[in-house]
Order: sequence, then C-alpha cells, then structure tokens
Amino acid sequence: MESNTFLDFEKPIAELEGKIKELRHLTDDSDDNIASEVTRLEAKVDTALHQVYDKLTPWQKMQVARHPDRPHFLDYVSGLIDEFTPLHGDRAFGDDKALIGGLGRFRGTPVMVIGHEKGTGTAGRVEHNFGMAHPEGYRKAVRLMELAARFNVPILTFVDTPGAHPGVEAEERGQSEAIARSIECCLKVKVPFVVSIVGEGGSGGAMAIAAGNKVLMLEHSVYSVISPEGCASILWRDAARARDAAEALKLTAQDLLGYKVIDRIVEEPLGGAHRDPEIAMSSLGDAIAETLKDLNDLTPQQLAAQRRDKFLDMGRPGVQ
Amino acid sequence: MNWLTNFVRPKIRALVSKRDIPDNLWTKCRACTQMIFHRDLEENLHVCPNCDHHLRIGPDQRFAQLFDNGEHSLSELPEVLSDPLKFRDSKRYVDRLKDSRNRTGENDAVVVAHGTMGGHNVVLAVQNFAFMGGSMGLAAGEALITAARLAVMQEAALVVFSAAGGARMQEGILSLMQMPRSTIAVEMVREAGLPYIVVLTDPTTGGVTASYGMLGDISIAEPGALIGFAGPRVIEDTIREQLPEGFQRAEYLLDHGILDMVVKRSEMRETLIRLFGFLMSDGKPAIAPPAPTPTSTTDVAQIAPPDETDAPSPGQD
Repeated sequence: MESNTFLDFEKPIAELEGKIKELRHLTDDSDDNIASEVTRLEAKVDTALHQVYDKLTPWQKMQVARHPDRPHFLDYVSGLIDEFTPLHGDRAFGDDKALIGGLGRFRGTPVMVIGHEKGTGTAGRVEHNFGMAHPEGYRKAVRLMELAARFNVPILTFVDTPGAHPGVEAEERGQSEAIARSIECCLKVKVPFVVSIVGEGGSGGAMAIAAGNKVLMLEHSVYSVISPEGCASILWRDAARARDAAEALKLTAQDLLGYKVIDRIVEEPLGGAHRDPEIAMSSLGDAIAETLKDLNDLTPQQLAAQRRDKFLDMGRPGVQ
Repeated sequence: MNWLTNFVRPKIRALVSKRDIPDNLWTKCRACTQMIFHRDLEENLHVCPNCDHHLRIGPDQRFAQLFDNGEHSLSELPEVLSDPLKFRDSKRYVDRLKDSRNRTGENDAVVVAHGTMGGHNVVLAVQNFAFMGGSMGLAAGEALITAARLAVMQEAALVVFSAAGGARMQEGILSLMQMPRSTIAVEMVREAGLPYIVVLTDPTTGGVTASYGMLGDISIAEPGALIGFAGPRVIEDTIREQLPEGFQRAEYLLDHGILDMVVKRSEMRETLIRLFGFLMSDGKPAIAPPAPTPTSTTDVAQIAPPDETDAPSPGQD
C-alpha cells in the first residue's frame, strides 16, 4: 500500500512512489513500456524500504510509532474483535475518549479490550485528546478490569499514548491516584492479561494499563519512561536534542526485549504497520492468540503470581 | 538476615556525622528568606520559626524525629544493577551517582530503617530529595520491596516519606517498571493486614506519586508540599496560562479530596502513633491477616523459581 504521509528519512521512497503515481496518471495500463517501468520502480521501492526499515534508528522508530497513518486502537478493535460492545464511563465524573474499553470476542473467546485511542484527522485527534487520558479514563479501566475478573474474561490492552494528560483538571481529579490504582488493579486481577504496545508507550499513562502477564510489542513501537523531547529538555536543557535522548533511553522493542521488559516482538509489514494494516493486525492477532493459549494453563492464582514474580524479577542482577 | 544485625545506634552515628559541624551556621528560609540559626532550625525540626515553611530534610533527620528516642536500625539494601543503560547526557550517569553518593553519604535515594513509634513496630522508608532529586530507579524500587518484606516479617506498619521529581530517567524503562514493582511492595503489606501510610513531602511528582505515593491506606502531606503527577512547568507549557494560586500544594490537594490530612512536622510523630493505635494492637495487625495463599508465600520468602510458583497448590481449581 502506498502511504500519503512520508517521514523525513523516507524521502527516496516518496520520490519513487511519486514517479509511479505520475506514470500511472499519464497513461492507461495498456502501455507495456510504462507497465514494465512501473514494475521496475516498485521493486526499487521495496529495496529502498528494506534499506531504511531494516535499520531504523531509535529516533526514526519514534517517528514511525507516531506516524499519523499508523493503525490505532479502534483499527485493531475493528480488525481483531467481533461484536465489540463499548462500555462507557467511570461512574463518578465522565467518559474519557482517550482511553476506550468494552467487551467483545477475540477469535471466538469473550474478552475485555481496553486501549488508548489517539484519534485520526484533526477533529478525531482533538476528540480523543491525542490519546492522553484523564483520571476518569484510568478509573474506567479499573472498573472494566474488575468486571472482567468477576466473570473470568481475559483482558487485552492496547497501549498507544504520548502519556497521561498533564493539565489542571487532571491534577484536581487525582491523575496520580487514578494511574496508581489502575496499575494496582492490573497486578491483582486473576484472569489472563495480555498487553500489546502498538504505537507509543508513553510513561505512567502507558504503564497504567501495561502491567500484564505478557507484554507484546510491535516491531517499530516505542516504550519509554519519558518522551525523548521531555528527556532532552530536562537533561540537555534543549528539546532539539531529542534524537540523542531517543538513543540514550533505549526505547525500542529490540532493546526492551533485552531487558526482559517485554516478552515478544511482533513483526510489522515492510515499511511499518501503516503500509499494510491488514498484515500488521493479523500478525498481532496470531501473537495474542498464542499468548492467550499459553496463559490458559495457569490457574487464577498462578496468573496473579506470575505477574507479580515477573515484575519483581525485572532488572534484578542475574535475571537480566 | 543482615538488616537485623546491622544495628546502628543514632548516637554513634551522630558522633561521626557531618551534621556536627555545619558548613554554614545560618540557613536562609526559601519561603520568607529569613536567616535561621542552625541550632534554632534543628530545634524547630527544620521548620522556619518565622513563616512555618517546612524545609526539605533527609532520612537521618526523619528517623531521629520519629522513632522512639530516635533509636532505629538501618536496613541493608540489596545491590542493584548500576547504570543498566550505560546512560550519558551532558554527564555520565555513573558520575552523577558518584557525586550524589559523596554529597549525601547515602548509597541511593531511599533509606530504610525500623524501630518503634509509641511502642508500635514501624518500618520507615524515607526518600531523600538531595540524592538525584529523590528519583526512583532500581535501587529505590528494591528499597521499597525490602521495606515491605521487613514490615511483613516484623508485623510492622510501613510508613513511606516520599520526596522525588519522579522516575530516574537515566535508568530508562527500568525506572518506569518501578511503578508496578513498588505497587507490589504495597500489596504485600496490605495482604498481611498491616497499615501502609504515605507521607508526601515537598516535592513529590511523577511516577512516584502515580504509584506507591497515592496508594496509602492513609495519605498525609506536610504543609505546603508540592504534590502532583505532571510538574507545574509541564502543565503551564501545555495550557499556556498561569496556574491558580496554591495549585498542587498539599492544602489544595486536601481541598480536592486527594489527601486525608495535612500534618505539621511538629505533630507528625503523635499523629502517626495515634493512627497506629487505631489500626494495630500490640504491634500486631488489628485484624488478623487472611490465611496465606500460594501467592503470598512467595512474597515473604525470596522469589521462588518459576517451576515452584507454577506448581499447583491445594485450594485452587
């Protein structure tokens, strides 16, 4: 699939695809010469994609993870979940559109799905607050996780957020408390809990729904304690050093697998998930299905114990 | 059990401590700029006698102010991976660590001690803002887990005095993982039926607030303490307007229903002892903890190898 939005490092790809478009525009498909030229150019696009995507730098991955065309939570829901039935509200303040959840069926099995939605297009992004949740979002997540646990329904979360919303109202309604309770709830529930980091795993706002039994991560997603921009402005006092911060923070899926913070990397189609969302979705779906199958063997108590031990062991000398 | 035998008498500590010869006999209050003589400051628990501003203090002072007769024993904390990311900004992380160690005489930001308060067994974990902004990395997480285990073992209350800018960026994702890890520490104390009390001190923000900082059975703050998730500068940058007066201060949070109480330093010890009295009896939990479940047995002991934890236990389906 061609993409309409190109990242700065995708310039050679953009040029080739521009040429292909032009050629197609100029003639009908009957012209053999042009058709073979198009095929030749398409092969070149593939090569160029390989050259770029086989060795993305951390900063480039950051950009891919934030790509406007990258599939978002609601795309994964429509691709992977049947009979999705959204459940709204925290029963205290409101309904947060940055953190969405509901019941549905994943390959036949009832599941509770919860995820950050960044929104698409300007209006969509504003409506979903760019995927930055308020306290009522995390409180809804807690309500839904507890509901799932009562009925022995596995929990699937999808992480894609720049972070929790930093704002006056969020603070006044107890943003920290809401996140803390959500992490506590993740750790407690006695049902299988699979986390997929599909875009940006931004700090505490991501962590709030990411303390699961297994954490899967798309190949070009990122997961970090702070955004590279935030880190650069604090440590270098210059947000323009974000590129250096991205390197230093070790936020790529490949790095995180090494630290055992995530359990599995899910391969993306060539050129990133946004170039072929269908393939990205089916790969992630397969990985989730396999992970759920493994967790099926554990009793409810063992599920909670496995989660606890996994996090306790994390980063301990000798465990790494 | 090293932490039990590693007894450090506060009096002996005081003899060798640097605090005997202050570099500066006068301290300027950050709030009212009044100069305060060091002896007056010490007597007044490091609270400005003029404006009641609560100055930031470290673990030694907390222990001395809170434990019965100031007597306590320090817990030996486990070694952690140092510099797992080989992090370097304008300075190497290992050098920043070294500087902080030299300056504070502590190994990392959280110090744990146990003793009694009003006769009740208490474990205190105190976060030191002077050590790299109190930031929470592997060492702080491990300190909190150790403190929780110690509290469970001694049937003690766990009290955490928080003070931190947040997670320690230089440890990257592993510092973020201290949010769930410290939450597990809190859970261990909860499951044992023991009180977990948080005292939020100036400043407590970021991942620290959004994990163990906000999970106390009872949440207390010192007057005027800055407490929040996002720092005020980040919020100002986002909304591009001035923040309301007193925003994110302890009293503001109390008004918004986020804290149980704001307690002056001079009343902290008696308040905590009163709470222990309500929640504990004779150093025992007031309510007997639930019968141990397979999950809670792994809490108290060292982590069992996966095979053991996976083994089916009685009472499960």
